[in-house]
Amino acid sequence: MADPSYPDDLKYHSEHDWARIDGDSATFGITWYAQDALGEVVFFDPPQVGSQVSKDQAYTEVESVKAVSDVIAPLSGEVTEVNDALGDKPETINEDPYGEGWLVKVKLSDLTEVDSLMDSTEYQATLD
Amino acid sequence: MIREADDTLTIYERSKPGRRAFVRPELDVPERPLDELLAPELRREEPPRLPEVAEPEIVRHYNRLSKRNFDLDTGFYPLGSCTMKHNPKLHERIAALPGHARMHPLQDPSQAQGALELMWRLQEALGEIAGLPHVSLQPSAGSQGELAGVLLTRAYHEDRGEHRTKVLTPDTAHGTNPATVTMGGYEVVKVVSDAHGNVDLDDLRAKADEDVACLMLTNPSTLGLFETGIEEIERIVHGVGATLYYDGANLNAIMGICRPGDMGFDIVHFNLHKSFTQPHGGGGPGAGPVAVSERIEPFLPRPQVVRRETGEGNGSRDPFYDLDHNRPKSIGRLRGFQGNYGVFVRSYAYIRSLGAPGLREASETAVLNANYLLAKLREHGVAERLPAAYDRLCMHEFVLSGEPMRRELGIKTLDLAKRLLDHGVHPPTVYFPLIVEEALMVEPTETETKETLDRFAEVVAEILREARDDPSVAQNAPHTTPVRRLDEAAAARRPVVRQAM
Repeated sequence: MADPSYPDDLKYHSEHDWARIDGDSATFGITWYAQDALGEVVFFDPPQVGSQVSKDQAYTEVESVKAVSDVIAPLSGEVTEVNDALGDKPETINEDPYGEGWLVKVKLSDLTEVDSLMDSTEYQATLD
Repeated sequence: MIREADDTLTIYERSKPGRRAFVRPELDVPERPLDELLAPELRREEPPRLPEVAEPEIVRHYNRLSKRNFDLDTGFYPLGSCTMKHNPKLHERIAALPGHARMHPLQDPSQAQGALELMWRLQEALGEIAGLPHVSLQPSAGSQGELAGVLLTRAYHEDRGEHRTKVLTPDTAHGTNPATVTMGGYEVVKVVSDAHGNVDLDDLRAKADEDVACLMLTNPSTLGLFETGIEEIERIVHGVGATLYYDGANLNAIMGICRPGDMGFDIVHFNLHKSFTQPHGGGGPGAGPVAVSERIEPFLPRPQVVRRETGEGNGSRDPFYDLDHNRPKSIGRLRGFQGNYGVFVRSYAYIRSLGAPGLREASETAVLNANYLLAKLREHGVAERLPAAYDRLCMHEFVLSGEPMRRELGIKTLDLAKRLLDHGVHPPTVYFPLIVEEALMVEPTETETKETLDRFAEVVAEILREARDDPSVAQNAPHTTPVRRLDEAAAARRPVVRQAM
C-alpha cells in the first residue's frame, strides 16, 4: 500500500472520491483515505458501460475484508469505460488508487458541476 | 483406465430415475379417493423435483460432505464473539426425547403442558441471569432479538407520545446493531471509543439528546473489554430519557457474576445458541430471547408463555401453563409459533446441569482461559508482531492487531488465519472490530484444555517464525484442506450454481 497522497491534478468529492477531468470526460476513483479506511478490497462490481451516474449518488460498490461500501459519483454523466482489470485484481484499488486502480470513465453531462468539487488542499483539510 | 469417484457431484447429479431409498409397504387399509383427502386446488400438478438416490449413496454423500467441513467436534474453534464452546451430548439425548422432538406446534396448550412449563422455567432462569424479570423466547436469532429490542424501544417511546429519531451505537458494535437500527426506522449515530477501548464518555454526552431513543451496547464490548464506565453511561442515557439496550453476544463472560439489569439496562437479548450451548455456526436454528424491565413489559411480543395458578385454568389444582394472547400493547408476533423449541430444551438442560454456581464457574473459566492464552502468546514473543489492540486484562476474548506482522513480515491477518487451518485450528474472527487494524479476535471458551491453548500459542508463534523465512507459505495457505484458498467475495457474489432448485 502506497503512502498517503492526494495528487494536485485531481478534483475531490467529500465522500472520498476523486475525478480526473479531461475535456468533457473524467476518470473516477476512490481516494487514498477511502481505500485505507476500507482495508483490502476483495471485490469491485463495475457498472454497465452506457449507464448513467448522478453526482452525489452511489453508482457501484466495493467490498473489502471489512465491509461493503457504496461508491459515490463525484460528477454526473454516462459511463464510457470500466476498469475490467479490477475483476481479477481488486486489490489494485489499494495499491495504486490514482493510477491502475481507477474505477470508471464517464462522459460528463454537466461541466459546471466540476466547480463544486474540492482541490487537494481543501479535501485534505476535511480529513483532519 | 478406471474412473475416479467424483467427490464434487451434487446430490441431484447423483440422481437416477427410479432409484429409491425407501419402499412403502403394501396398503393394508381401504384406499380413499384423493379428492376426499385434499381438494384438487390445493394439490400440486407436477411431482416435486427431488433427487432419486439409494440410501447408501445418500449416507455416503452427506458423510463425505461432513468430512470436508471443519466443526467444533473436529478441532479448536476460537471464533471470537461466536462462543463456539462444546455442546454437551447429553443435550442431544434430551432434545431427541419423543415428547420434545415430536410435539406439534399446533398442539393445544392443555396437551403441551410439559413443553410450556419448560419454556416458562427457561424464561424465569433467563430473567434471573439478566436481572430483568420479563422474558420473551420468541426472537429466533440474536439479530431478531435486536430487532425486538428496537421495536420495544419504539413502542415504549410512542406509548408516551414521544417520537424519537436516533439510536446510538459504539464504533465497536456488531454490524447487526446499525443494520437493525436502520431496519427499525431509526437513524444510526456512531459513538467513538476512547484510548482504552471504552465508550468515549465525552462523545456520548455530546451525542445523547432528546432525539435519542436508545443506546445499544455490548458489554463486555467486541474488543473483549468490560465497559468500566457503564454506570456513567447509564446515567447519561437515562438522563435524556432513552433506553439502554444490552447486546448479549458476550454474556458468556459475566453469567452469575454481574447482571445487565443491575447495570441499568432496560432490554437484553441472549444468544442461547452461544452462551447456553446449541450447535451453531451453520446458520441456525438459534434463539435470541429478550429480557426486559417492568416499564418495557407491556410491549413484549405475543403470545407470552405464562403460568396460571390453581383454579385459573382447567379447574385442576395444578398450575396451568398457557399462551397469553391478551396483550394489547404488544409489538406483536416476530415469527410463526413460539420459537425454536429444540434450542430451548438444550439451553434449559445446560442451565439445570450447571446450576447457578456452575454458570458462574463457566464464565470465570472463559475469562481465565482468554487471559491465559493472551499471556501464553506473549511468552512466545508473539506480541511483538501481533500485539493486543488494548493493553488491559481481557474478558472472555481478546483482539490482536496484525498490523506490525503485515508491515514487517509481509503476511496479513487473513494469511495467518488461513495458515492456522493447516494446523487443524479453525481461524479466529478476522477484520473485526473495524477500529482495530488487521484485527484477529480470539475466543478460546471455557471448554478447552490447557494443552489445546498451549498448542494454539505454539502454532501462532511457529507461523510467524515461518513467515520470517518464507512469507509465501502463509500467503498461499491453506495447503492441506479439501480446497485451497477461495475467492470468497466472488463466490458469494457470482456463485456458479450447478443445480437450479
